[in-house]
Amino acid sequence: MTPLLFVAVAAAGGVGAALRFVVDGVVRARIRSSYPVGVTIINVTGSFLLGLLTGLALAQLVSEQWLLVLGTGLLGGYTTFSTASFETVRLLQLRRPGAALANGLGMLAASVAVATLGLWLGTLAG
Amino acid sequence: MTRAQRADHLRAGPVALVAAGGAAGTALRAAIGLVVHPVGGFPLAIFGINLVGAFVLGLLLQALTARGPDTGRRRTLRLLVGTGVLGGFTTYSALSSDSAVLLTSGGVALALAYGLATVLLGAVASWGGIALGAAVGSPEGRDRMPVDSDSSGDPQ
Repeated sequence: MTPLLFVAVAAAGGVGAALRFVVDGVVRARIRSSYPVGVTIINVTGSFLLGLLTGLALAQLVSEQWLLVLGTGLLGGYTTFSTASFETVRLLQLRRPGAALANGLGMLAASVAVATLGLWLGTLAG
Repeated sequence: MTRAQRADHLRAGPVALVAAGGAAGTALRAAIGLVVHPVGGFPLAIFGINLVGAFVLGLLLQALTARGPDTGRRRTLRLLVGTGVLGGFTTYSALSSDSAVLLTSGGVALALAYGLATVLLGAVASWGGIALGAAVGSPEGRDRMPVDSDSSGDPQ
């Protein structure tokens, strides 16, 4: 990775994180719930987009550089694991095991499913 | 404190804090990805990054909560380090996308092991961080910490 590409990946990660902050804030303002709806939406949509981007890269419609900037950078910074995991434990502490299970394993299943769909659609385009 | 009337996510300052932290966290994740390579198809770098990030976020948020209300310097730290650095350091899209690639290339068992281990050990790491944060941030005495101007209106 060239220094310029590395800087571009980091900057894209900053943009992704800011986007996550704004999307989560907007969702929180609209949906008042102790369930982390915002992080769920962010992680599921980001997973679909990275699956799609990876598929397009496999089909050689997207270059390795763009996969790094948009995938590792933008979508990597947009989606997050630490908050999702923290929320799972918080839901357990609130004695909501069903919600904790949905937030933990449900989010994983949904994210992998849409990433697989995106990957398939991306390779199909090639 | 009139500027508190607008939510943080609609204000340039907090958004810039999150972006700066997110760029740093992403840089760290990318750098680790350059030196830590997958082992037998298992994405070791992202696996380790997500577990470490989950632990540190639990520690940070619990320690900040134990030290007082989410205002002033504590809020700045939460946005910069929690939402920004750790949010950008850890990632979910690589977890699901790598799992999808493993699934579609015949590595079903490896994909399942990777996803389940990340989520389950991630919850244990978060819990461990929260427990440690509660232990180091005992409320007694912390309330008497110097209060900065932003939180002057809070009952301490």
